[in-house]
Amino acid sequence: MNLEILGISVLWLFLFGYVIIGSIDFGAGFFNAYSVLTGRQHILTHIIQRYLSPVWEITNVFLVFFFVGTVGFFPKTAFYYGTTLLVPASIGIILLSIRGSYYAFESYGSRGHKGYSFMYGVAGLLLPAALSVVLTISEGGFISLRNGQPVLDYWGLFTSPLTWSIVVLAIAAVLYISAVFLTWYANKANDVGATNLLRKYALIWAIPLVIAVIGIMVELRRHNPDHYARMVEVWYLFVISAIMFVITVWLIWQRKNYGMALTLLVGQFAFAFFAYGISHYPFLLYPHLTLYDSFTNKAMAIALVIAFIAGFCLLIPSLYLVLKLFLFDKDYIRGKENGHV
Amino acid sequence: MDNGNAVYYSRVLTELTLSFHIIYATIGVGVPLMIMIAQWVGIKKNDEHYILLARRLARGFVITVAVGVVTGTAIGLQLSLLWPNFMQLAGNVIALPLFMETFAFFFEAIFLGIYLYTWDRFENQKKHLLLLIPVAIGASMSAVFITIVNAFMNAPQGFDVVNGQLVNIKPVLAMLNPAMPTKVGHVLVTAYMTSAFVLAAIAAYRILKGSVHIYYKKALFLYMKLGLVFSVATLVIGDFSAKYLVEYQPEKLAAAEWHFETEKGAPLKLFGVINGEEVKYAIKVPYALSILAHTNPVAEVTGLNEFPKDETPPLYIHYLFDTMVMIGTFMIVFSAIFVFGKIKKWKFISSNWFRWIIVAGGPLSIIALEAGWWLAEVGRQPWILYKYMKVADAATTSEHVDLMLVLFCLLYLVLGIGSVVVLLRMFRKNPIEKEIADRQADRSGAGL
Repeated sequence: MNLEILGISVLWLFLFGYVIIGSIDFGAGFFNAYSVLTGRQHILTHIIQRYLSPVWEITNVFLVFFFVGTVGFFPKTAFYYGTTLLVPASIGIILLSIRGSYYAFESYGSRGHKGYSFMYGVAGLLLPAALSVVLTISEGGFISLRNGQPVLDYWGLFTSPLTWSIVVLAIAAVLYISAVFLTWYANKANDVGATNLLRKYALIWAIPLVIAVIGIMVELRRHNPDHYARMVEVWYLFVISAIMFVITVWLIWQRKNYGMALTLLVGQFAFAFFAYGISHYPFLLYPHLTLYDSFTNKAMAIALVIAFIAGFCLLIPSLYLVLKLFLFDKDYIRGKENGHV
Repeated sequence: MDNGNAVYYSRVLTELTLSFHIIYATIGVGVPLMIMIAQWVGIKKNDEHYILLARRLARGFVITVAVGVVTGTAIGLQLSLLWPNFMQLAGNVIALPLFMETFAFFFEAIFLGIYLYTWDRFENQKKHLLLLIPVAIGASMSAVFITIVNAFMNAPQGFDVVNGQLVNIKPVLAMLNPAMPTKVGHVLVTAYMTSAFVLAAIAAYRILKGSVHIYYKKALFLYMKLGLVFSVATLVIGDFSAKYLVEYQPEKLAAAEWHFETEKGAPLKLFGVINGEEVKYAIKVPYALSILAHTNPVAEVTGLNEFPKDETPPLYIHYLFDTMVMIGTFMIVFSAIFVFGKIKKWKFISSNWFRWIIVAGGPLSIIALEAGWWLAEVGRQPWILYKYMKVADAATTSEHVDLMLVLFCLLYLVLGIGSVVVLLRMFRKNPIEKEIADRQADRSGAGL
């Protein structure tokens, strides 16, 4: 394996991490706001806050890690994506800021502020939309070079059916992932009311997820035939993903083994995510930028890999500690102790 | 290609984001250390007041850290969004510390989460102290790495340029650039100093508002002592920074000092106003600039006239330099009087007027911090990468920067007001007297 592949694999892995834990976060915000508006707050809010409060900052770091790593390994991406993403990324930052500050403000300040929970919930839906625009752009066709500078075709982007199918997928996936995770978490907390409600959400959001995936396949075939052809080459990965999805939904339907359902959910998205990534190879931005012509020099690549390994040795035990304390600690999940400072 | 507007607005937006971010970032770097020290003193003296101090500080810290994290994410992305050409070039050489910064940040985030949400889970206070150590280390290390990036922009090295291409890249050498030691040192100690004085100011304010609890007096004395130590360290490292500038960036020091002609035995100009090259109303301290620059009263100091006109920074940085140095000096003298007076049991340090000055010390330190950063950043105009790339060549070509500037102004307004309101409400609703009473009630309840 060469350094380019290693670099992008590491980054893709972190982006995957962000997709999963970010989705739980975004979706939870939406369900929380929805429950406030429909007067069912007492069912969900405790479960959601107990999980999210200690980890919101960690969630954010996954994203920071991804974009800092991308510019580090592939400095040319700063030139193409930096210039063109100013507006969507800035909107993303503003939404992230609203969410990031919400936890701290909410946990310690004005508990139960309706307007803020609402904004928070809406931000949770707009964020995946704003961030997924990057995926659409990477498919090519929206960036052209004018006087040697990349320019984004906003009109083309907003009127493209591909954009909207990716946005729908992002939102549906967020709500589905979040609902499955929270079903498991609520069940672990022996909270029957929350489990039932979240189980219902999980089943509901499975439907648009399937529709959006089919929509994207159709659109991509038209928009970027090369990419589509490469996706067909790794069809078996998508099939594994689909099988995992079906079993997850079945388990949730049968109300059994939520832990297995959660594992399969992660597996399903991992296979789909990596299959998508592999078929995108070798382009970072079709057709302007490949993995190879944007890669940093060898000395920096080696330094980054070493830093990455060293950093990982620090992070894995720490993350394990977090999981042990907040995800697998029965007393904490059930809220027997109100532990925060 | 004309992107004059984009350059201008990119500069304004970056300055706005950074100026807002550094207030929270500085607190984010300094306060974990202050919490850790309070916790440690509490364990050592077996005094519950210090443990409570640590706990209450941590609660307030969550709010500032949240704003620090989100504005830090903003500036992290804005580097690529507003300065794509710079990041494309410099990313080849300086990605390593940026990358390491995210690890430090990660490390801090993990343990901060654990620390905040495991309170009262452990009987032993030492375990809380153990959780605080990685938080403080992570916070300081992220400041170290990000300051290394900034130092690199001032003193780029670790690469060669052949036909416009960067070759022979040495990432570690780029990190160990000559500006690094003084920059990193200065940033760290000023963060500790500012945090200490801000916390002392809060304690003094509570006492002035009629709180008679011994808790505030303990907190005040602890943080004034720490403030004194770190402000003296700031002075020492600040002096090294000046000597660094003489060696590597003489035009920055010359502009900050309004020193136009190269001369021996150069005087130091304090205050004053400038009109063209004519300096009015300034206090001249003979030989002082030579001493500052070379530790030798008759040494020669290079003047601003030696440099091409289009490569010198704007002259208003002198006012920033004055502000920073004056406040720093004042805080040293003032905190020394307080600490000395406390030991000698002088009466006037417990008087109201003296405490009001302590209260002013908090905001003053933050003003000095801002002035110092503006001096450092504006002082390397017109370069973004000193001697390699000018600011105008680095900026985005996007036409929407002005609109983004408006959006971010609104965001920072909301975050700024929100954080202050939440903090005030948090401590007003739960004053220390109430918290101590609650804890005692809990204890006796548990004992029964």
